[in-house]
Amino acid sequence: MSLLDLFKKKGSSEVAKDRLQFLLVSDRTNCSPETMEKIKNEIIEVISKYMDIDTDGLDIQITSTPLEGDAGNVPTLFANIPIKDMRGGSRE
Amino acid sequence: MSEVIVVTSGKGGVGKTTTTANVGTGLAKLGKKVVMIDTDTGLRNLDVVLGLENRIVYNLVDVAEGTVPVRKAMISDKRCPNLYLLPTAQTRDKDAVTPEQMIKVLDEIKSDPENFDYIILDCPAGIEQGFKNAIAGADRALVVTTPELSAIRDADRIVGLLDSNGLRGKEDLIVNRIRVDMVKNGDMMSIDDVNDILHLNLIGAVPDDENIVVATNKGQPLVGDDSLSGQAYFNICKRILGDSVPFLDLSSKNGFFKKLVSAFKK
Repeated sequence: MSLLDLFKKKGSSEVAKDRLQFLLVSDRTNCSPETMEKIKNEIIEVISKYMDIDTDGLDIQITSTPLEGDAGNVPTLFANIPIKDMRGGSRE
Repeated sequence: MSEVIVVTSGKGGVGKTTTTANVGTGLAKLGKKVVMIDTDTGLRNLDVVLGLENRIVYNLVDVAEGTVPVRKAMISDKRCPNLYLLPTAQTRDKDAVTPEQMIKVLDEIKSDPENFDYIILDCPAGIEQGFKNAIAGADRALVVTTPELSAIRDADRIVGLLDSNGLRGKEDLIVNRIRVDMVKNGDMMSIDDVNDILHLNLIGAVPDDENIVVATNKGQPLVGDDSLSGQAYFNICKRILGDSVPFLDLSSKNGFFKKLVSAFKK
């Protein structure tokens, strides 16, 4: 193993922690991947009425946001929806 | 008035029974009067870990059904004054006891003239009837986990259930089976990693220690001896009593440098 590999290698504990954080968000909100997919599709549908969005660059997920003063985390719906054209959309 | 502490984890095999045995024995060694109750009906093991398996006559189900008074079913540990075990039945299942009956048994112990200080409940794995029975009369909980995905996930679920059953803020965390060498190599989550996720009050960090296996083989809890895990369990007992004890440096070798560092402290 070269020195470079040593730096590149991410410990498996990091992987575990990342996986766990995602897992617990869906556990805590009782929100299955299927439900997420439905939410995502409906959001696309609604936004598309008013503007042209980039559905490939779209990112919708439930993450956790830390509360003030180390009081734990709250689940948060995070949506990043790139707009292609403000005037576009299927409305007109 | 006795304080009722439930030792729980969700996942099996993370060390609930070992923790119960050591915390119960440790508190008794610190001069407290302690009753440990095995609530894992049908799969009892606390008796074995304590080396009291040959002395069982009556059990929790007999007491719950009103067949015998609780004192008659309690086994005193001859090696440790003030320490008692109330075993459960091995040939019945979890439905043999209800939460209401459990609370009645606890009330019977609480009103005993002996004035027990602590009642420690060894909770079964899972979130079904046995878990519901165990948490029914609890004043506080020790949540045991190991630094593994599955155990932490289950602990998180358990904390949610404890929260919604009136124990929010009464949960303390024990991280068990820590391997410092693996944590250093980045291949095991550290205590901080675990608690970044669970956000509980950390009351204990216990190393993965082969002395535990030996202690279980012998039926003698190692709490208070000079092994690293024996010290770690003894510190948990002191913290339960409200003492502020620094966390052990788990990387030190058994019995040699017992240097105390506050590295794990917030």
